Amino acid sequence: MTDFGFVRADMVPSKPAPINTSGVGAWFRKNLFATPLDGVLTILGLVFLVWIVPPLYNFFIGHAVGPGGTVEECRLENAGACWAYISSEMEFFIYGFYDIPEQWRPNIVFALGALLLIPLLIPKVPFKRTNAVLFLLVFPVVSYFLLAGGVFGLKPIPTEKWGGLLVTLIISVVGISCSFPLGIILALGRQSKMPVIKTLCIAFIELIRAVPLITILFMASIMLPLFMPQGTTVDKLLRALVGVTLFTSAYMAEVVRGGLQAIPRGQYEAGASLGLGYWQRMYFIILPQALKHVIPGIVNNFISLFKDTSLVYIVGMKDLLEAVKTKNDTALEWQSANTATTGYLFAAMVFWVFCFGMSRYSMYMERRLNTGYKR
Amino acid sequence: MQKTLVTIALAASLGLAATTAQAAILDDVKAKGYVQCGVTGGVPGFSAPDSNNVWTGLEVDYCRALAAAIFNDADAVRYTSLTSQERFTALSAGEIDVLSRTTTWTMSRDTQLGISFVGTMFYDGQGFMVRKADGIASALDLSGAAICIESGTTTELNAADYFAANNLEFNTVVFVDQDEVVKAYEDGRCDVYTTDSSALAAERSKFAVPDDHIILPEIISKEPLGPVVRAGDSAWFNIARWTYFALLEAEELGVSSANVDEMLGSDNPAIKRLLGVEGDFGTPLGLTKDWAYQIVKLVGNYAESYERNVGPATPIGLERGLNALWRDGGIQYAPPIR
Repeated sequence: MTDFGFVRADMVPSKPAPINTSGVGAWFRKNLFATPLDGVLTILGLVFLVWIVPPLYNFFIGHAVGPGGTVEECRLENAGACWAYISSEMEFFIYGFYDIPEQWRPNIVFALGALLLIPLLIPKVPFKRTNAVLFLLVFPVVSYFLLAGGVFGLKPIPTEKWGGLLVTLIISVVGISCSFPLGIILALGRQSKMPVIKTLCIAFIELIRAVPLITILFMASIMLPLFMPQGTTVDKLLRALVGVTLFTSAYMAEVVRGGLQAIPRGQYEAGASLGLGYWQRMYFIILPQALKHVIPGIVNNFISLFKDTSLVYIVGMKDLLEAVKTKNDTALEWQSANTATTGYLFAAMVFWVFCFGMSRYSMYMERRLNTGYKR
Repeated sequence: MQKTLVTIALAASLGLAATTAQAAILDDVKAKGYVQCGVTGGVPGFSAPDSNNVWTGLEVDYCRALAAAIFNDADAVRYTSLTSQERFTALSAGEIDVLSRTTTWTMSRDTQLGISFVGTMFYDGQGFMVRKADGIASALDLSGAAICIESGTTTELNAADYFAANNLEFNTVVFVDQDEVVKAYEDGRCDVYTTDSSALAAERSKFAVPDDHIILPEIISKEPLGPVVRAGDSAWFNIARWTYFALLEAEELGVSSANVDEMLGSDNPAIKRLLGVEGDFGTPLGLTKDWAYQIVKLVGNYAESYERNVGPATPIGLERGLNALWRDGGIQYAPPIR
């Protein structure tokens, strides 16, 4: 036997990829011009960008009048956004009619709120229970006395003077923190076997869900005073708070109920077989699972509540959007072609920042709590 | 059925309002320490936040005058922003003590809502604005012109009446919102913009080049705007009414916030009576003898307030017109204080 075969001992050295599958050109071909349709779409996209970006850039930055600019600059023929107007009227947008020398009080409330809320939202920070008690029970009381005054020698500032972002935040924070537990209780009540509780919960939820928020606020502002004895007035901010909270809690209840229905019956029975009472079962077994399922729905409600706060203009409160609108209408010294547009853009940006923040945080929470299905 | 329920509820609430309206408002106000004043959400010149975020305007000045007369402190006022829907409810429910909110005095309001109009702070009326370049000089030239108008308002009805009465072709472009109307006019979608002349002036001041637009001389409706109080408390009504008259009387007598202290020494008996140097006209109102002095000192007379808020020197730039005193060709007239 002679060796006549050839067995290659080592691999053929690999050649570089063909020129049309590597490098910049290939990336473009593959991602942008793979088919004629892709090519057309890419070109259309580019044309669109060229068409839309420069004017937007010019409006927002290029030709915009920055903070510290004058109204004359804003009135120039090709002037863009008038940011000078925003910076000049910022106090009204944030505090409304709140007395200017007293504005350190809302500032402290803002700072205190951030100081307590941020650690509460970061899972790693310890002392959650203390923190929650401080934020949910102590902070509202302190804030109320600080903002309203009349104690400790603070100048009393009636709620009619509160406005702008301050009111938007108060209504949304109070609305969110009150409507969430209320919604859970309503959802549990709706599933209760006790007929009175069940009927009351269903009646409340269905009544509130069947009317628009604007109607509830309108009712609170126009009908309510007629039924009250002469001279007794309920604070307008309180009316708005109650209206918004009741409204959101009805929606929240239905979202939570969705989560409750996703929990198999076996979980309830397992809890019962361990000898847990109703509330223990709910607190330790059912709600942690149920709420996890419906985080997107809950946050959806929070976001829509935040945006619905602008409806309190119905009761004559000046929230952020209404404060901007008021200044757009009345700040004659700032009138120019783009003043009102800039004002609304500013309001939109503020709303976007808050709503986007909530949305991102909820996605983070979902990932963190997604323990049961993580692969 | 539902209608009946609503009727019963309304009747009950109105009955409640009527029976409790007897409480003396002045005593309540004095006990509270401030006047609760219903204002607009923001109408330039009438009630609007100024650059220091404090309410200012012609109608705000009226509330300040009221506070000055009662408390010798023009700042003893709290303001409630009201929408036009809730203003009368807020007044009859006692949430506010006086409504000073660009409210037109009409018979049905005066007689059917349980409220009383105090007087006319500002005589307004519907007018027309056109572009100067169109060369229109009179509303009678507007036949067939496209008119931007807010739907469902008396503005629309007034214009229709006027055009029908003058045999003009009525051609409207209708919008739901005031801002849209202005925008449409500005963008050239119509030739004419019509609303109350004070609002026309305010809107014109917001245009890029206000001088390109003119307000035609014709005023086609009567819109007397004035403060309103709850009916049934004549003492409070008198205070509200004579506060307004004091503003006018001070202008007529040449007493202003600048010279009021010198005027205390004036020999003119009318001035002496106004300022409480001679006679006592305050005590019968439940106020102090120098009530009018305080009004003029702290707020000024009608002319000062007008010039400061809506006059030709302001961006709104309204001439006195009908709002001049009777002796200057207007119809503002106060009965004598004696």
